[in-house]
Amino acid sequence: MLTLANDLSRPLPMVRTGAVPAKEEEAAEIQTLPVKIDIRGLSIFYGKFRAIAEVTMAIPAHQVTAIIGPSGCGKSTLLRALNRMTDLTPGAHAEGDVILDGENILGPGVDVVPIRQRVGMVFQRPNPFPKSIYDNVAYGPRLYGVRKRVELDGIVERSLKQAALWDEVKDKLQQSGMALSGGQQQRLCIARALAVEPSVILMDEPASALDPIATLKIEDLMQQLKSEYTMVIVTHNMQQAARVADYTAFLMIDGERAGRLIEYGPTSRIFTKPEKKETEDYVTGRFG
Amino acid sequence: MTNTASSTHFIRARRGYTRRRTANAVMLVLTGLTTALALIPLFWIIGYVVYQGGQYLTPAFFTELPTPPGTEGGGVWNAIQGTILLVILAGLFALPPGLLAAFYAAYYPNTPLGIAVRFSTDVLAGVPSIVIGLFLYALVVVVQGHFSGLAGGIALAILMLPTIIRTTEEMLKLVPPSLREASLALGAPEWKTSLQVVLPAAGNGLITGFLLGLARASGETAPLLFTALGNEWFDFRSLIRSGLESGMNPLEILVRIIEQPVDSLPLTLWKYAQQPYPERIHQAWAAALVLMAFVLAVNIFARLWILFRARRMKG
Amino acid sequence: MKAQTVPPNTMQRLRRNIGKALHHGDRIWQWLTIGAGIGVALLLLGIGWMLWRDSADARSAFGLGFLAPTADASWNPVLDKFEAWPFIYGTLITSAVALLLAIPISVGIGIFLAELCPSWLRLPLGWMLELLAAIPSVVFGLWGIFVFLPEVVEPLGTFLAGTLGLLPGIGALFAGPIPASGASRLAAALILTIMIVPTISAVTRDVFLAIPRSQREAAYALGATEWETISQVLVPYGLSGVLGAVILGLGRALGETMAVTMVIGNSIGGAVSLLRPGYTMSSIIANEFAEAVSRLHSQALIEIGFLLFIVTLLVNMAARFLVWRVARRTPQEGRA
Repeated sequence: MLTLANDLSRPLPMVRTGAVPAKEEEAAEIQTLPVKIDIRGLSIFYGKFRAIAEVTMAIPAHQVTAIIGPSGCGKSTLLRALNRMTDLTPGAHAEGDVILDGENILGPGVDVVPIRQRVGMVFQRPNPFPKSIYDNVAYGPRLYGVRKRVELDGIVERSLKQAALWDEVKDKLQQSGMALSGGQQQRLCIARALAVEPSVILMDEPASALDPIATLKIEDLMQQLKSEYTMVIVTHNMQQAARVADYTAFLMIDGERAGRLIEYGPTSRIFTKPEKKETEDYVTGRFG
Repeated sequence: MTNTASSTHFIRARRGYTRRRTANAVMLVLTGLTTALALIPLFWIIGYVVYQGGQYLTPAFFTELPTPPGTEGGGVWNAIQGTILLVILAGLFALPPGLLAAFYAAYYPNTPLGIAVRFSTDVLAGVPSIVIGLFLYALVVVVQGHFSGLAGGIALAILMLPTIIRTTEEMLKLVPPSLREASLALGAPEWKTSLQVVLPAAGNGLITGFLLGLARASGETAPLLFTALGNEWFDFRSLIRSGLESGMNPLEILVRIIEQPVDSLPLTLWKYAQQPYPERIHQAWAAALVLMAFVLAVNIFARLWILFRARRMKG
Repeated sequence: MKAQTVPPNTMQRLRRNIGKALHHGDRIWQWLTIGAGIGVALLLLGIGWMLWRDSADARSAFGLGFLAPTADASWNPVLDKFEAWPFIYGTLITSAVALLLAIPISVGIGIFLAELCPSWLRLPLGWMLELLAAIPSVVFGLWGIFVFLPEVVEPLGTFLAGTLGLLPGIGALFAGPIPASGASRLAAALILTIMIVPTISAVTRDVFLAIPRSQREAAYALGATEWETISQVLVPYGLSGVLGAVILGLGRALGETMAVTMVIGNSIGGAVSLLRPGYTMSSIIANEFAEAVSRLHSQALIEIGFLLFIVTLLVNMAARFLVWRVARRTPQEGRA
């Protein structure tokens, strides 16, 4: 395991494509992108079972990075490690490094609360609190000590606008968040995550419970949000990855049922000229 | 980054952060302390009852009838026999209707009667036991004209009923429907399927539920105060002997036994605890020990059994 | 049946007859289960009706005044004049104090068991609470008389009389002196607290365990601490269930008889103080019913029993309703 001091002494990490060496032209393009999250040799265990094995990948800032792979390959587990939601599963532990803005969030003594403020998360199923729309969005800012009504109003409005929900709910902010439609609930959850001003947003199959139109709205939103946030999404829907992601990582389980990174690179290349046989089989639908 | 207003918020947030962490730690420790606090009486009671009761537990305590108040010696053989009689009666009265009602509630949960059964079972569990005592007084004691073990047994049966119905219902729901369907498909009648296939499959859970119900009933006092009343001379042997001497048949003797007022351990404990005689108070402690040991042993056994079964089913 | 075309041989006929007999059993079985169901459902009505019928004379003799708050209520078997206020007051005040003390403790336990304690500790701790609930009431009473009253209640009562008892207004509730034995309404309230904590905490724990995981994740993902997640998300979410648990505990407290009767001192004094001996509705029945000679006396006691029955009935129905509602609202949530 690398130490934090060791990491900081290195030059600014560049995107590395894990197991796959980048092609020349690709490498040149990637060199210019600053890295937001640098994952190095990350393994995640549930008890003795290894769910994720030695994943190394660098997630570029202000891009949408998709994690794809057959179900059960550990996509969600990998995603959840990026804001240490894995801590909530009893018996789970991680090895390796996840370096966010130069700080190893898996390092000893790191406090999870500030990390989760910086790395927001949206879940597979919309999970609004049974509170009003306003209180759902204001929940996070209130945690961080924002008490003034004017400030809260501003944050709620800005977050709902960013989540493209403002026009639909501005007249009913005091209604329950549970009363919205599924797609609206999910955008409410996005607004709730945006309200604490994170710099990274993780989305775990955010559209899998939604109808096509609501899905489209969420996908548009991802594109809009990437100018301000680094987006990492997990999806089982390859078309979705192809539509929204700038970079795509393909995960698959190995012989020991542990998820491994097979290939990682610009989405267009992963889908058109994959280098690995497994990737090709998967993206062409011959597998999974 | 781009938004300057946002960064000021989080400067403030950092400042409040220590306070948030402290509040978190304090509250988490407090919830642990409340748990510890609630368990103090448990160990205090068990420890003290074992210490006191252990001193006064003698062989005579289990085998002899009470001696007059204020004198040494004697036991609570009457109450032990009475408890056994009451518990058997309660089991007999509670088990058949409890099982049948549970079958109905498990198989027809959404019919009006099914809902009514489940609802009244839940509510019945909350009716004060002393009220059940009053009910049985009106129903049996007044009609018969005297206090009796019969009235006490029925009162305890009503108290057991919710436990029996609820656990049976839960257990029946756990039996895979395929088992029942397989039996019915072979042409076995419903009642036979229920009794010979479903019931044994649910059996272990039922036994534990029944035992827990019995344990609860055996510790009850309030419903016996004006039903079983108490009887310092209650003794199976002498009742049977005098019955045989006066030429009664076994059935008549049985009727005579259950028509007697009877004593029970909790009833004895309650009476002895309020008497000014140290010997009686000593016996109250011993009775408390026996009662508590029985009730706790049944509880622990039942839970271990359920745990063991669950493990084995999983593995 | 086209049996007449092929004359059935003996074996076949025999088999069919047995089959018929067996399936007759099904009808009986069905009626038996329905009958048992109806019986159980009618039991509550039966209890209510019996107590109502057998308190008719008392009701017509004393009317509603029987229940009315009075400073100097009379309970006089010799003059056949009965007013139940002291017992109603005793039940209300002991249950109220017990709830007040038990709520924070039980909710703390429920939270600890469901959210915080290591999973290997959850089961044994849950068992211990269930054992506490399983200890017979009379054993609580015995321990109360000889241990808890002298060791805890009497010193505590003396302390309260010297502090809170001196305050104006609320001081009346803590007016001393507490009897040397410690037997008092305070003793009953404290014993009740110990007895209802397992009930409330077990239901609270179950309510918390039933809250979908996604609610916790939403809060944690925003950077909430454990306590913030619990107090601001889980408690509001499960509030009606916790309320149900509390009301269930109230039901227990209202009806609890033996332990209370043994420690409350059994006195029909007019004083309101917690530190003075008193009576509850259930303890007056327990103490006097078997020896009530006059018709009005026993009817007055049955009327108290009827009142207790109705109150606990309503309380339990409310509690079940609230707990059921949480269970129903909780959707089935999938996990990624």
